[in-house]
Amino acid sequence: MKLNKLITTLTAAALALSTATAALAADVTLLNVSYDPTRELYTDFNKSFADYWKKKTGDTVTIKQSHGGAAKQARAVIDGLEADVVTLALAYDIDAIAEKGLIKQGWQKELPHNSSPYTSTIVFLVRKGNPKNIKNWDDLIKPGISVITPNPKTSGGARWNYLAAWAFAKNQAGGNDVKAKEFVTKLFKNVPVLDSGARGSTNTFVQRGMGDVLLAWENEAFLAINELGPDKFDIVTPPESILAEPPVTVIDKVADRRGTRKVAEAYLNYLYTDDGQKLAAKHYYRPINAKIPTKLAKVKKLYTIDKDFGGWQKAQKTHFADGGTFDQIYAPTK
Amino acid sequence: MQNNGNSKATDRAQTEPTVVRWLLISVALVFIALFLMLPLAAVFIQAFDKGLSVYLDALKEPDTLSSIKLTLITAAVTVPLNLFFGVTAAWAIAKFTFPGKNLLITFIDLPFSVSPVISGLIYVLIFGLQGWIGPWLQDHDIKIVFAVPGIILATIFVTFPFVVRELIPLMEAQGKEEEEAALVLGATGLQTFFRVTLPNIKWGIIYGVILCNARAMGEFGAVSVVSGHIRGMTNTVPLHVEILYNEYNYTAAFAVASLLAFLALITLAIKTIAEWKVRQQLENN
Amino acid sequence: MKLFKRQNNVLPGFGITLGFTIFYLSAIVLIPLSALVFRTMGLTWGEFISTVTAPRVMASYKVTFGAAIIAAGINAIFGVLVAWVLVRYRFPGRKIVDALVDLPFALPTAVAGITLATIYSSNGWVGRYLEPFGIKVAFTPLGITLAMTFIGLPFVVRTVQPVIEEIEVELEEAAACLGASRWQTLSRVIFPVLLPSILTGFALSFARGVGEYGSIIFIAGNMPMVSEITPLLIITKLEQFDYRGATAIACVMLLTSFLMLMVVNLLQKWSRRYAE
Repeated sequence: MKLNKLITTLTAAALALSTATAALAADVTLLNVSYDPTRELYTDFNKSFADYWKKKTGDTVTIKQSHGGAAKQARAVIDGLEADVVTLALAYDIDAIAEKGLIKQGWQKELPHNSSPYTSTIVFLVRKGNPKNIKNWDDLIKPGISVITPNPKTSGGARWNYLAAWAFAKNQAGGNDVKAKEFVTKLFKNVPVLDSGARGSTNTFVQRGMGDVLLAWENEAFLAINELGPDKFDIVTPPESILAEPPVTVIDKVADRRGTRKVAEAYLNYLYTDDGQKLAAKHYYRPINAKIPTKLAKVKKLYTIDKDFGGWQKAQKTHFADGGTFDQIYAPTK
Repeated sequence: MQNNGNSKATDRAQTEPTVVRWLLISVALVFIALFLMLPLAAVFIQAFDKGLSVYLDALKEPDTLSSIKLTLITAAVTVPLNLFFGVTAAWAIAKFTFPGKNLLITFIDLPFSVSPVISGLIYVLIFGLQGWIGPWLQDHDIKIVFAVPGIILATIFVTFPFVVRELIPLMEAQGKEEEEAALVLGATGLQTFFRVTLPNIKWGIIYGVILCNARAMGEFGAVSVVSGHIRGMTNTVPLHVEILYNEYNYTAAFAVASLLAFLALITLAIKTIAEWKVRQQLENN
Repeated sequence: MKLFKRQNNVLPGFGITLGFTIFYLSAIVLIPLSALVFRTMGLTWGEFISTVTAPRVMASYKVTFGAAIIAAGINAIFGVLVAWVLVRYRFPGRKIVDALVDLPFALPTAVAGITLATIYSSNGWVGRYLEPFGIKVAFTPLGITLAMTFIGLPFVVRTVQPVIEEIEVELEEAAACLGASRWQTLSRVIFPVLLPSILTGFALSFARGVGEYGSIIFIAGNMPMVSEITPLLIITKLEQFDYRGATAIACVMLLTSFLMLMVVNLLQKWSRRYAE
């Protein structure tokens, strides 16, 4: 008898739990699935948007955040994490979601500037006073320099690092793909640890004291300095780097099913307003609206994924797929 | 180890010389200190690095509180289910003989050694949108993975063997004479179980439940795969620790981690008592 | 219910309890795990073989299994020592040490990994004293071994401890009376009795180490061909949306765990027979 009771209570509890989660989802909420370095930006931005939306429509909107490695986040969305919008590190990961039919093809044309309301670039974080005198990419391959970067196979940010180094080498006098491959090979010989994500690498560089230079998103480098001590690190902005465009989009299938399309689109469009752009600038992203002031140093030459690499699909296949140029660096010599 | 009354020669042959004894104790203690005490101390030292008020503030933060709530819910569903299974399975395995018993035990053990990465992945493969029944679930608006049920499922998986593995040896050692006697005296099956078997395995159950509970609250890898990491909704305590750490909020990360370490210590204390009682029970039989 | 199923046994409830056991086991463990196998079947046999024997995957087996064997070996030696000391000797703080042995069971793996990295990295509490001797623990295969030793220790101690407790003093007395030296008693009488449980502990610690992920990634360095563990490769495959490749490697690991556990259970059967 007691057992029966136990079973009924348990089943009831399990049912109550599943309906409880369903009830929460029925509120006016948005889920923004994003990558690691945007936590602080979206904490501010969500507040600002909620105020704006309340003023405009009278509705209360609550935005839930999920952060993690970009590919892992994309995978979660593919496997059913109900994101109304995604704001990821690179277009390739959103393409993967689109491939499964959750987003309309041609999504990147829906919003201005390749659907990237802010851009960033790759900079060097060095120890205070720059004791190893690291100024440009070719300083990274010198013997005795220890470079910290995450693994390009698991981290979106690391892919930008890798491609920036590649583009730099290829565009030097006499540069070509072979030279570029030699360059990145030498560079990665100087890498002692490959963490799986950008934040992991920052912790390795800062907490464990490993390495002379950390290759990082510009905004991550500034955040690390602000959070962990301006007296310990300096930022070196190299004269050449890559234009990183982290894109945003509405997940059509989810937004239509949940009836949140209107607010989801307003949310993303708000990123392009002056308020949104100012917040991006405040968190050390580069606003695309040139009128918004930014404290960030000018980079003389910025390579782009579309012009220099023929788009993400091609870059991924050449460099980061199994057997690509990155794997060849570590392939056993035959 | 009562060897009074033996000659000195046999005495020497039964235990090690004092010097050797203390040497062995020292080596064991150094090993334990390096591998177990230091990590434990590190957690607490870093948690209280910036003082008690910072520590308490870190715990009062709403996202932390909601992660604690989720972890408690998860454990509250997982432990009773695995307890019920553990007792049932131990009854079948310990009190009866049947072909394939060894294979069955091996299958029950499997979650012990399956990589946590895999234990999370399998539920995504089944309940995920690209999985077997994911699309059907979505049509009926039922959420399993990236919601609380998925977290509970993954937790049930990793803590699956704890109770049953604790009970099988105990019940095997106790034999079945007492139950048989009760049945002969006219007790029904359930009466026999609740009046005879249950009191006998009480402490074994507590021991298993405690370990199961500790692991349920502390599981990281498998839960990380099915959680979706939605702040304030699907983050358990261990996941929240990782998030805080990744936000460079080291003190808060270790403060929340220290909760789990506290839990570990309390667990160990109760376990020591339970163990002592189990031994007594076995000796009394 | 009464006498529902008769074997040579008057106890009731065999059918219903075994039935429920198999049902619950299937629902939680077997059916979900079979999803792995079915997903892998999307690959042809040739693709499967080339996925699971790719050089980088092979290197990861070597690192993972190598480190797990060493860690299990360390645990077998020190675990037996700790168990022996805990059972046989009296010293202040014994109860505390006894309780602490289970810490790795209860401490979340991510916390363990971060903490071990804090202690053993070259600017850590212990790491800084090892650095001058050229010993680097964190971010090398040594770090992997360390983490696996940490999580595997309780398995050896807790399987050996009860056996030491049950060794009858008479056995040692008899050996001593027959003129055996202490060393002879230890190596010829006690060690053979302990051996099955040591092997079981070794195998359990090994199986746990092979599968471990959470604590290792923080301390491993994750360099391809050098310090990259197999579970990380599964994750890497997943990050590239290569589900079949991931499940293929996962199947290999699953099979290994299963075989290891089969061996353990046979060992336990053997040791039980030995004890009787």
